[in-house]
Amino acid sequence: MQPTKIAKCLMIVLPLFTAACSTTTGEDESIATNAADTATTSGGVASNGTANGGVEVSTLEQKRQIEIEQEKMKQKALLKTSTIFFDFDESNIQGKYFEVLQAHATYLTKNPSVKVVIEGHCDERGTPEYNIALGERRAKSVAKHLQNHGVLASQISTVSYGEEKALDKSRTEAGFAKNRRAVLVY
Amino acid sequence: MRIFLSLLFTLLLIKPSFAAIEIFITEGVSGAKPIAVVPFEYNGFQTVPLNVANVIGSDLGRSGKFQPKSEFEMPQIPKTINEIDFTKWAEQNIDTLVMGQVRDVRPGLFAISYQIVDVIRGQITGGATQMLSNGELVESNDYIVFASKPFQVEEGDFRRAAHSISDRVFETLTGIKGAFQTKIAYVLVNDDAPLPYQLVVADYDGYNETEIVRSSEPLMSPSWSPDATKLAYVTFENRQAQIFVHDLYTGRREMIASYPGINGAPSWSPDGSKLAMVLSKDGNPEIYLMDLLTRQLTRLTNNRTIDTEPSWAPDGQSLVITSERGGKPQLYRIDVNTGKTRRLTFTGEMNLGGSFTTDGESLIIVNRTRGKYHIARQDIRSGTMSVLTKTYLDESPSISPNGNMIIYSTLHGQNQVLALVSVDGRFKARLPSGVGQVKSPSWSPYLE
Repeated sequence: MQPTKIAKCLMIVLPLFTAACSTTTGEDESIATNAADTATTSGGVASNGTANGGVEVSTLEQKRQIEIEQEKMKQKALLKTSTIFFDFDESNIQGKYFEVLQAHATYLTKNPSVKVVIEGHCDERGTPEYNIALGERRAKSVAKHLQNHGVLASQISTVSYGEEKALDKSRTEAGFAKNRRAVLVY
Repeated sequence: MRIFLSLLFTLLLIKPSFAAIEIFITEGVSGAKPIAVVPFEYNGFQTVPLNVANVIGSDLGRSGKFQPKSEFEMPQIPKTINEIDFTKWAEQNIDTLVMGQVRDVRPGLFAISYQIVDVIRGQITGGATQMLSNGELVESNDYIVFASKPFQVEEGDFRRAAHSISDRVFETLTGIKGAFQTKIAYVLVNDDAPLPYQLVVADYDGYNETEIVRSSEPLMSPSWSPDATKLAYVTFENRQAQIFVHDLYTGRREMIASYPGINGAPSWSPDGSKLAMVLSKDGNPEIYLMDLLTRQLTRLTNNRTIDTEPSWAPDGQSLVITSERGGKPQLYRIDVNTGKTRRLTFTGEMNLGGSFTTDGESLIIVNRTRGKYHIARQDIRSGTMSVLTKTYLDESPSISPNGNMIIYSTLHGQNQVLALVSVDGRFKARLPSGVGQVKSPSWSPYLE
């Protein structure tokens, strides 16, 4: 039997056992004990060995679970990053955003019913109409990247706001840099 | 004393009036022709709703061609032509006077008449209404360049009436049709408001600001129909760019383009039958023409780079567009019938947002040189370009229908504001707004 199945079994059985214990009072105790016995028996069958083996397996599993959880947390954190920034007049995605976009791609491929809107934005240099075109180029650059990582075209739509929705209105170089962005909106 | 009294008189009569946008002239007063618009004479029993002379003076000043004198600089305040002391005015180097009279017709209705006077001619003839010619006494008032008949004006229509006088004065003295009764459409953005984006239409001087649409999402690119009754613009209210046509009189609005991707940069053809626009439904931004009757689209460009910002030549036979086909954005002229395309700009790193001047002989451009964006003018035949502005991050130039002035959007301090520059670059003014950012100005055609 695969360890995961054992683990699942234990996860169901053990709480039942403890729950039964904690809730039993007075006359019901014998029945409860019987139920607990049955549970123990089935647990033994499931683990196909002694109680010790069950404990050992579950420890390893916990470690694995922690790792899985950590990875999930990391992916979740990466997914929280929904904005990527661009250089002036550029629509190429910088290498530092590949991990973030990979996380989004994984999430979207695992959840094919989820749709994402990619917004393209620009700083205020250049004309509004040119910036609409440039913003679209940025949004499409992200869309293409996601598609290359398995996301369906039908899950993605793009909209360019050009220079119309600046994040930072300081009109400094730093401010401009913050405004040159693509945002993934779920 | 007389000046003081007249000023007091004026102050008492004038109701305060408020403009959403004031105009500060920043350059070009010195090259302009001195003119005096004398306070219009009134001795009726009502309250004159508006200082007509002030409005006319401001109009003429903002044209960049005149330098209107303040009341303090006027040597006298003549009520009628007979009272003019020509020598006094000539000594002040004031060549031209505009004066007028307001009369009561009935409550709420006035009659205005006005005269344009040539001071130099008046000085030569001595201002005599009669003179000897071949031994005969003849009428001689050739120093009166123009004298209007009295015309009736409703109380609420004084501002428009004043602008109409400005139009007449301007055309009489320059030979150029006045554009003081035109309007400007622009976008106001106030991030603190629940609906931050507003498309508004105001008189060219910022008065009578009227909201056309207010939205939670961006509004862009207003373009006037040639009859000035409709605006085409871009709205993101449905979370994508769509082009709407909005009737300013009925308020009826209609979505005319909502294709996947960009629906942008609408530009009304001079005959009103078509809209040039940018659509990216076929992959990347291309120029299309939409027949407004049939809604049929004709694709004009086809290349893998950005094509945008179509603007019509006055004859409606070609468009100037911005294209990246040569690398960086530059302006090209495209024949709407043959599709034949020719590059127009070569100066500077980028040239964008082009439009033809009203005579079709020059282009008004957003030029980028050494990272700076300025409004420039290029002679089409010679290709010579001259930069007109010194402001920061200039964009969205729009030319007045008489071809005299350009309104554009620029940064002043932390704010996006509108600014004016004359087509010859000599006159400059700023139009600061009270609240929020002002952008995408579009000057209306003449209002019939």
